[in-house]
Amino acid sequence: MVDVAVIGAGVVGALIARELSRYQLSVLLLEKADDVAMGTSKANSAIVHAGFDCVPGSLMAKLNVDGNRMMEKVTEELSVPFKRNGSLVLAFDEQDNETLKTLLDRGIKNGVPGVRIISGDEAREMEPRLSEAVTAALYAPTGGIVCPYELTIAAAGNAMDNGAELKTGFTLTGASYENGVWTLTSAEGEQVQARFVVNAAGLMSDTVAALFGDTDYQIQPRRGEYMLLDRDQGKTVSHTIFQCPTKMGKGILVTPTVDGNLLLGPTSENQESKEDVATTAEGLRTVAQLAAKSVPSVNTRAVITSFTGLRSCSAGHDFIIEPSAHSEHVLHLTGIESPGLSSAPAIAQYAVEKLGEMGLELAPKADFDPIRKPIPKFREMNEEERRKLIEEDSRFGQIICRCETVTEGEIVRALHQNPPAHDLDGVKRRTRTGMGRCSGGFCTPQAVEIIARELGIPVEAVTKCGGSSKLLFGKTKEGGRDE
Amino acid sequence: MNERMERDLVIIGGGPAGLAAAVAAAENGIDPSDILILEREPELGGILLQCIHNGFGIHRFGEELSGPEYAARFAKRVEELNIPSMLSTMVLTLEQGENGRKEITAVSSANGLTEISAKAVVLAMGCRERNRGALNIPGTRPAGIYTAGAAQKFVNIKGYMPGKKVVILGSGDIGLIMARRMTLEGAKVQAVAELLPYSGGLSRNIQQCLRDFDIPLLLSHTITKVHGKERVEGVTISEVDERRNPIPGTEQFIECDTILLSCGLIPENELTRQAGIALDPVTGGAAVSESRETGMAGVFAAGNVLHVHDLVDFVSEEAEMAGKSAARWLKGETAEAELQMPVRPEGVIRYVVPQTLSLPQKEDVRLFFRVGQVVEKVNIIVSCGDKQLYKGAKQKVLPGEMESVTVKASALEGLTGEQITVKLEKR
Repeated sequence: MVDVAVIGAGVVGALIARELSRYQLSVLLLEKADDVAMGTSKANSAIVHAGFDCVPGSLMAKLNVDGNRMMEKVTEELSVPFKRNGSLVLAFDEQDNETLKTLLDRGIKNGVPGVRIISGDEAREMEPRLSEAVTAALYAPTGGIVCPYELTIAAAGNAMDNGAELKTGFTLTGASYENGVWTLTSAEGEQVQARFVVNAAGLMSDTVAALFGDTDYQIQPRRGEYMLLDRDQGKTVSHTIFQCPTKMGKGILVTPTVDGNLLLGPTSENQESKEDVATTAEGLRTVAQLAAKSVPSVNTRAVITSFTGLRSCSAGHDFIIEPSAHSEHVLHLTGIESPGLSSAPAIAQYAVEKLGEMGLELAPKADFDPIRKPIPKFREMNEEERRKLIEEDSRFGQIICRCETVTEGEIVRALHQNPPAHDLDGVKRRTRTGMGRCSGGFCTPQAVEIIARELGIPVEAVTKCGGSSKLLFGKTKEGGRDE
Repeated sequence: MNERMERDLVIIGGGPAGLAAAVAAAENGIDPSDILILEREPELGGILLQCIHNGFGIHRFGEELSGPEYAARFAKRVEELNIPSMLSTMVLTLEQGENGRKEITAVSSANGLTEISAKAVVLAMGCRERNRGALNIPGTRPAGIYTAGAAQKFVNIKGYMPGKKVVILGSGDIGLIMARRMTLEGAKVQAVAELLPYSGGLSRNIQQCLRDFDIPLLLSHTITKVHGKERVEGVTISEVDERRNPIPGTEQFIECDTILLSCGLIPENELTRQAGIALDPVTGGAAVSESRETGMAGVFAAGNVLHVHDLVDFVSEEAEMAGKSAARWLKGETAEAELQMPVRPEGVIRYVVPQTLSLPQKEDVRLFFRVGQVVEKVNIIVSCGDKQLYKGAKQKVLPGEMESVTVKASALEGLTGEQITVKLEKR
């Protein structure tokens, strides 16, 4: 039995697990997918919002601004790239100008540092490729960019390094309470026991809440389609460029990513399914068109991948972080839509405080180490660092992914370091193998062999992302050559 | 470990282009021990090693060889000439150093970081396949979507089947070859869909790889949706109009577990770009003179890294030209050009290689070009100002087949125009 089971290994669940691992507690992180960061945390705008969008006085406003402020420290401790590149919200007409004023007012009330309205010309001076049609912009110097799945992976990894346990492939289907102990049952019939339960199930948080008798929550999946452009387009803009928000979200953005690509999107459309993340021709066309409204020269032909993410919206559009109304020792986090990523470090802290109020003993652990040792990034090293690394382990001299300059050593680390990758996509998210412009055309066969070797499984058993996503259908007629 | 080397000529890439360039340089007076081939794979031969079908070398050797056999002929010459190579070695950077030298940093497990200072360089890194992301195909993102070349590597080198029921998008040669290869391995190839109204592949491959196996080729069709959550379960294919937009109402679902992409090749010029060498936006390769010298003096380029070829025979030929030019340049035999005359495509001609011509010119020059659409009964005309330098008739020109014309050195004397143009004229 553990002290706390956290359901959902997205960015919120992973950061809560890390926060809990500061204390003398046993922590179990449960995830239905084959890896962490497989839901909303995998596919979003990768933005650390300054905090001017949120309605003043809301929980969202407080946690956004706090989370933004905390981002430097948490990303530094976890060795996750984060950049405070500043953001601009563009106005194209009189109505937009009014919106900017509202946002400025909210920003000031929310305590967003340095937020101000600048003229179209000033905006173009900051971003020469902005449209001539831009009449004004709201500038927020504290806006930033971060890699959401890297943050999640690092947070889960650091929690594990500090004693937390991660169980993937665990889809929660049942919960029962007896003598102060929750028994959680998976779809496969596996059972784990915990004294406290944290529901951080994102899109599924309403379904999970219902298992604890709380049937009032409802999550509305809202799809957003994105296009990711080649690194050679990454310098098109340096700030995150928003359009004026609407009821459906913060509009189409154009932003550099921490990895040097350019990201365009998202569209915004409610849908029934919590699983359908297919892209559509229409959606991608919309992304391209609207991105060009902000930055006319944006080169959408340089797309290297496109994807759809699902936001988990609640009716009130505020974060809901509260103890279960029907069950003891259960904390729900639901409606964590944008700016959930930006707020995540503050959400985690807030959630753990709540757990404390609910009776969880929070005795600090003397040996908690907040620092995570990252997988070395060969491509970002200088010559001296590279020499040293190869001397320690010659596998860091073998380039596997030529587009992103990823070495065999990095892939091996990704398969063994907390939280270990189990599949090709897991390796990709941890190392960028296959994430470049050839999209794995060259390195996939080699990466698959390394995964099989390191995990001690047949090559045919390697999957793209767990489950039945197998990559190969057995041997050829002649059975292949012996390696 | 971590050595520093000096070489007259470094050849980046040990595929067909690199090997031919190395041999030509050695045969034109460069001491083989002053040449070094850098190859990222553990063997010389490049992509030919996975091309186990025949059809290579018809022009060059007058016989039909398999890819590995073709590569072996050049690798053998490299060995006979004692031209050294470093395998499993990836070049990380190429920079202009002092005194016109080129500084190369490469990495391998065996040798760690290696710095090589070269007088001249031949770029021969080949090309890569356009992938799903670049094609922006809507739908889900399941396992089972491969470029034809990745599938070829799995089947021919690794011995694994990437799928059993296949739809191929694009009728490039690798896709056609893989349609046959997958069929021979027991897979069912449901269809080959081609966006354009004609195939970009060689006519012989359409016959031998599709028709002979009753595999339907759907021209003016494309995949408009990928189905399947974890593994591909099917595709929606739609017919497209003249502007290549899907026509509503023409959607058909085809069940499959695998999608292979054969939608064009892109020269791999990351290193070239990083070195600051100017590229031709149409070819995706460096802009070169007739000697295949790039904008950086002493750096030459040849083969698919320069522009994508249809046949390896022509890759070898071009690489020999680059190797020979590099040898001449190293020996100081290159006459100082008075002028670099631009060579420009016009009309349906998409590009011309070389992009410039050194004048005065003592030798005949071959101009290679590719068209953007099928045109029948044409004259190919090369001119400069009012002067016609070449005129020749052609029954049919196809986007899938590279064309070339030879302009006589005598025609290049006393040119007064500002550029040389290559165009087609209807007969």
